Amino acid sequence: MSENTEPAVDLNLALAHGLSSEEYEKVRAILGRTPSYTELGIFSLMWSEHCSYKSSRIHLKRFPTTGPQVLQGPGENAGAIDIGGGLAAIFKMESHNHPSYVEPYQGAATGVGGILRDIFTMGARPIASLNSLRFGSPDHPRMRYLLGGVVGGIAGYGNCVGVPTVGGEVAFHPSYNGNILVNVLNLGIAHAGRIFRGQARGPGNSVFYVGSRTGRDGIHGASLLASASFEADSQTKRPTVQVGDPFAEKLLLEACLELMKTDAIIGIQDMGAAGLTSSSVEMAGRGGTGIDLDLDRVPVREEGMTPYEMMLSESQERMLVIVRRGSEEKVRQIFRKWDLEGVPVGEVSAGGSLRVHFRGKRVADIPVKPIADGAPLLKRPMERPAWQDEVGRLDLTGLKDVVHPPKALKGLLGSLNLCSREWIYRQYDHMVRTNTVVRPGSDAAVIRIKGSPHALALTTDCNGRYCYLDPRSGARIAVAEASRNLACSGAVAQALTDCLNFGNPERPEVMWQFSECVDGIGEACRALEIPVISGNVSFYNETEGKGIFPTPTIGMVGIIEDARLAMRSFFCKEADVVVLLGETGEELGGSEYLSQAHRLEAGPLPVLDLEREEAVQLACIEAIGEGLVSSAHDCAEGGIAVALAESCFHPEGMLGAEVTLPAGRRLDAILFGETQSRILLSLPKFNLGKLEKICQDREAPFSLLGAVGGSRLKIHVGEEAVINTALTELKRPWAEALPAWMV
Amino acid sequence: MKFGIVVFPGSNCEHDCYHVVKHVLRQEACFLWHKDRTLAGSDCVILPGGFAHGDYLRCGAMAKFSPIMETVARFAKEGGPVLGICNGFQILTESGLLPGALVRNRSLHYLCLDLTLRVETTNSPFTAQIPPGKVLKMPVGHGEGCYFADAKTLKRLEVEGRIAFRYCDSKGNLTEESNPNGSLLSIAGVLNERGNVMGFMPHPDRCAESILGNEDGRLIFESVIAATQGH
Repeated sequence: MSENTEPAVDLNLALAHGLSSEEYEKVRAILGRTPSYTELGIFSLMWSEHCSYKSSRIHLKRFPTTGPQVLQGPGENAGAIDIGGGLAAIFKMESHNHPSYVEPYQGAATGVGGILRDIFTMGARPIASLNSLRFGSPDHPRMRYLLGGVVGGIAGYGNCVGVPTVGGEVAFHPSYNGNILVNVLNLGIAHAGRIFRGQARGPGNSVFYVGSRTGRDGIHGASLLASASFEADSQTKRPTVQVGDPFAEKLLLEACLELMKTDAIIGIQDMGAAGLTSSSVEMAGRGGTGIDLDLDRVPVREEGMTPYEMMLSESQERMLVIVRRGSEEKVRQIFRKWDLEGVPVGEVSAGGSLRVHFRGKRVADIPVKPIADGAPLLKRPMERPAWQDEVGRLDLTGLKDVVHPPKALKGLLGSLNLCSREWIYRQYDHMVRTNTVVRPGSDAAVIRIKGSPHALALTTDCNGRYCYLDPRSGARIAVAEASRNLACSGAVAQALTDCLNFGNPERPEVMWQFSECVDGIGEACRALEIPVISGNVSFYNETEGKGIFPTPTIGMVGIIEDARLAMRSFFCKEADVVVLLGETGEELGGSEYLSQAHRLEAGPLPVLDLEREEAVQLACIEAIGEGLVSSAHDCAEGGIAVALAESCFHPEGMLGAEVTLPAGRRLDAILFGETQSRILLSLPKFNLGKLEKICQDREAPFSLLGAVGGSRLKIHVGEEAVINTALTELKRPWAEALPAWMV
Repeated sequence: MKFGIVVFPGSNCEHDCYHVVKHVLRQEACFLWHKDRTLAGSDCVILPGGFAHGDYLRCGAMAKFSPIMETVARFAKEGGPVLGICNGFQILTESGLLPGALVRNRSLHYLCLDLTLRVETTNSPFTAQIPPGKVLKMPVGHGEGCYFADAKTLKRLEVEGRIAFRYCDSKGNLTEESNPNGSLLSIAGVLNERGNVMGFMPHPDRCAESILGNEDGRLIFESVIAATQGH
């Protein structure tokens, strides 16, 4: 479309851009006139749900975001914490759900690309990625294709850039049939004193465009793809998905890090969602300045692009850099070395406006402050769903207890939700950069920091079913479990990032779920003293009116004082004793077992006592820190029986165990119930006394269950032997389920 | 001794090699930019892993046109030790410094995991310090690691003792299972005629420190150091 044929702007066109009529009126009031076509495009992006967080902002304020370790909280490209030795860990998680459903390989790949840029734009070298994935029913005809594409895209992009993908999680449920979730987390390391921010300061400084050329891809990605629900025609949205070029990203990464060693940079920001528009508006907004852009200088991939298209394009692998006056040649030189575009496209101005010029004409002139900070703040109506009480009830009296425990255990181990993820993570380069001390497959991944005695532990966690049954408790549990995963590796949790995946916020039930989850996260964060330092909200995960389970994914990072003491979850020494920290209650509600064995997704969730949780975690961390422990594993989905089996599956040689659990409850609840705040430890017998002392001091419940050894898993409940099965027999379904399903 | 590590724009294991050489083995190390033509006095050249030029076409196919490769070829011709790891191996075959080619893994997927391999000859600067027949454990990470060559070349490699490593099980037996990328003759590493150029698919740079749980990779670097210092 050429400039001359640009459509006339009116209310209908604004509505088609996803703005409401009130928002359109507000635009007219800000400008004092009808916006130009380009201006309308700019407003529609900046005020989209995706960029403005207009439905979520009033809720997100309830998160605790501060702490002595926090160097950068929410509001920048990513959050940052102090990890000692003058270093900062910078991390964030983001969703790429809609694009990945429409085009799984490119959707997931560009999700990785986007989060990497969020990290290195802050001056950090990305050193680890994780991902949290949700797919629909295994029977759904498209799921294999989607999973294969998503995993391929994450691998293809991350492997090429050379950032290891060290962990994550995958779950399947029919609620994701029309909306899969692809949440990607990246963490980078920077010098604490050299964190770069997205700010345009100093009128007269140059605005540089660096990276790949701008094409017509991804136009309306943020506004129409990410900020609206799917209908049956989701495939027609394919052209709004961008195409990734990991090699260009690698060049951009190296060139930016090289440039950051100089003093040329005033501010820098990724041109991610909403491209040139959001990067210029947000940087000027934070800097309290304006920006003049000359679109004739923007490197383009194709002829005849209009200002509207250039401002809205979401072409990947691009950055906007505010360059100190006089340093322009330095920038050009470095980008030339890396064979990338690096050209001035404008200037920081004092006027406080974004002024866009094209072919001698001013095509946009927008005051920055009202568009950056004046995005509508919605207080959407909320309502507790009428069915919420119903699903929270569970009457076990009519429910038959487990008859054949070994069969039930094998069923759980061989289910797609609990089976081995090796088929996935061996497609990810999880070792490049040679920092991976604990590889995928344990409770948390552990990354050593070269030149420092410390290591970082990373995990992602969320149980969507829990959050559907009880959003507030489910979200509390997600935080507690993420923190527990870190504790099992010996790490003290430092901060978290989140990806809040929900349905359509225009539905009061969805807003209620969202608000409850925010409160649940906040409660757990306050109790465990873990601030939220960055995150992302993804609404409209809904197809034809059917929303996903509320899925507030938690990504968490912790520090292990002595990297050499990083713990894995596998039994590794014959004759070690097996100990349980915590206690098992009769809590089957919301469990994977109920869902699989009885097709029942109901019930009150396991009770989470945050004081107990903290006691158990601190005992575990202390025991690992003193070198008393051989393995530590969280009891989560599938209960203690699954946790025991997983502990036996040491990748370098399986080792069995014989344990006795106290009787007196339903057998299914003892074996498969998901009581919170439980950690399985194995340790040499001579350390038992010391562990007991730690547990007493911390007031963490402690019980001796049995010992490691042999090639079978034997579980007694009271006097009765309920499981006595060869490990090979348990491992086969666990190891084969995913590759067998994918074939 | 001094190791020169070539950096192509898409190399991503150059820091890993540098770290092992410099901080673990306490040798001199320097980076060599692919657009340069000097080896800066290096005693051994390493072509590290990665995706040299993005490798959207064929792994390593464009790297042979980087200016430094002419210098590397001359250095190799003069007998200087050149070690190509992973993508470096692919570049060596594309450049004609080694025979054969690395093609798509049998599974068609990228594979990142530990494999076991057997040293087949100690008659090279990269293997001289490894006990004959020893089985080592090393990680691989590649999508195109299936070694392929015509029958005549394979025969020649075998006869001339130029197969440096083969994938095997933990007891040293050659099995299909222990060769997941499907390499012909289970080849994991090959040597040039003179024995001073080795292409090697596994990553010794990823297993040279106790904190990573495996130090088998040190043997390769230590062999080169011993061979060079013995001169």
